[in-house]
Amino acid sequence: MTVSASFRKKLKYFDVDISFECHSKKMMVLIGPSGGGKTTIIRMLAGLETPDEGRICFGNDTWFDSLRRINVKPQKRRLGYVFQDYNLFPHLNLFDNAAFAAADKKEVHALFELLRIDHLKKRKPHMVSGGERQRCAICQALARHPRLLLLDEPFSALDVVTRRGLREEIKSLKGKLSCPIIYVTHDINEALFLADEILPVVDGKADYGWMQRTITREPGEGTPTRGAREPRLSLVY
Amino acid sequence: MYVTLKLALVSTVVLMVLAAPISYFLAYTRFPGKSFVEALIYLPMALPPTVIGFYLIILMGPKGWIGSLWEKLTGGSLLFTFLGIAIASVIYSIPFAVQPMKAAFAKIDRRLLENAYILGLSKRATFLRVIIPNSFGGIAAAAILVFLHSIGAFGVLLMVGGSIPGKTKVASIAIYEAVEMMNYHTAGLIALSFIPISYAFLLLINKLSDGSRA
Repeated sequence: MTVSASFRKKLKYFDVDISFECHSKKMMVLIGPSGGGKTTIIRMLAGLETPDEGRICFGNDTWFDSLRRINVKPQKRRLGYVFQDYNLFPHLNLFDNAAFAAADKKEVHALFELLRIDHLKKRKPHMVSGGERQRCAICQALARHPRLLLLDEPFSALDVVTRRGLREEIKSLKGKLSCPIIYVTHDINEALFLADEILPVVDGKADYGWMQRTITREPGEGTPTRGAREPRLSLVY
Repeated sequence: MYVTLKLALVSTVVLMVLAAPISYFLAYTRFPGKSFVEALIYLPMALPPTVIGFYLIILMGPKGWIGSLWEKLTGGSLLFTFLGIAIASVIYSIPFAVQPMKAAFAKIDRRLLENAYILGLSKRATFLRVIIPNSFGGIAAAAILVFLHSIGAFGVLLMVGGSIPGKTKVASIAIYEAVEMMNYHTAGLIALSFIPISYAFLLLINKLSDGSRA
């Protein structure tokens, strides 16, 4: 299955105007400076915000079409969304959070084991570390069998060591998932390590020179992490 | 005291059910004239109880549209009945239920609601499974405030229900009558019974608001 999107939305300081597609088993990384519209883009994919015009399709399903006045609710899109601040429900323990909308609770146990947080099932979100909350948020998103997985700067609140560990985990998890994954970050190393495709977004538009300019401006900052393979830049139609 | 506690309990239960959806709409929706609707809901807080009582007599009396409808349906009158004072008490206390509940609902992080929608929950399910459990402090505070306000009601109830022992004679009316008859001993005993109840409930409100701040 492929998610394809082409839409426009007027924001306060710039317009989002972008087209892309992401295929099954592939991870597309949206990268760019903070405040450049990356989160708005995936919020529109999720149905949390509405584009002014354009089209979003998942396989044969149309999620949004401004001409045909189609706008499928987020509830009906069946996607996984790992928010920047995790957004776990504070009144529930980690297991109940992850099982909140799970298709099968047995799978939640397996996911907890896979992400090594099975000893924290009974803890409330405020009683665990940021990295553990992050893992729980990933379990919550995956337990719903998402057709598309969206990750919005999932490591932004974590320290460098935890980030590195979780980055590896995401990479290995990626191999086990069959859905398309869209990952938002402003960290070039992270993008190069994880991405199959990279879509640089600056002021709401694709800007393929951004990465090169950033790496040239800050030598060493953009050095690919060991083991990362060269991603190809997104093919935009 | 039995009628007073029964009335307070009925008002609290009815208002918790009634105020929850009203508070939700006030906290989460925008519609033209919202501030007018909101002011109308809070109006009983700003009006003298006798004014509320007067209008309720007009509405619930045999010529009022509620009273005449009730008479057609049941053949009886709403005035001077327990049901009549229960309706009066609910209207009189509605701002005390809506205000803390609305504040508690509005305080919930909108991102939690977005996560619930992403996880497939309808708005109704999100209200029941996310908003209500995370507003427990505000809901409990609303319940306590309504209960305390109801046991202390006087003017409205006297006008709508009169003073029928065992039916509409609440404790505050009993105190008033006892004082009128110079029976200070009885008035003092009834008055004294209010203090521990009100004090305990206020302590509970403090504890709840401390808990929600922590």
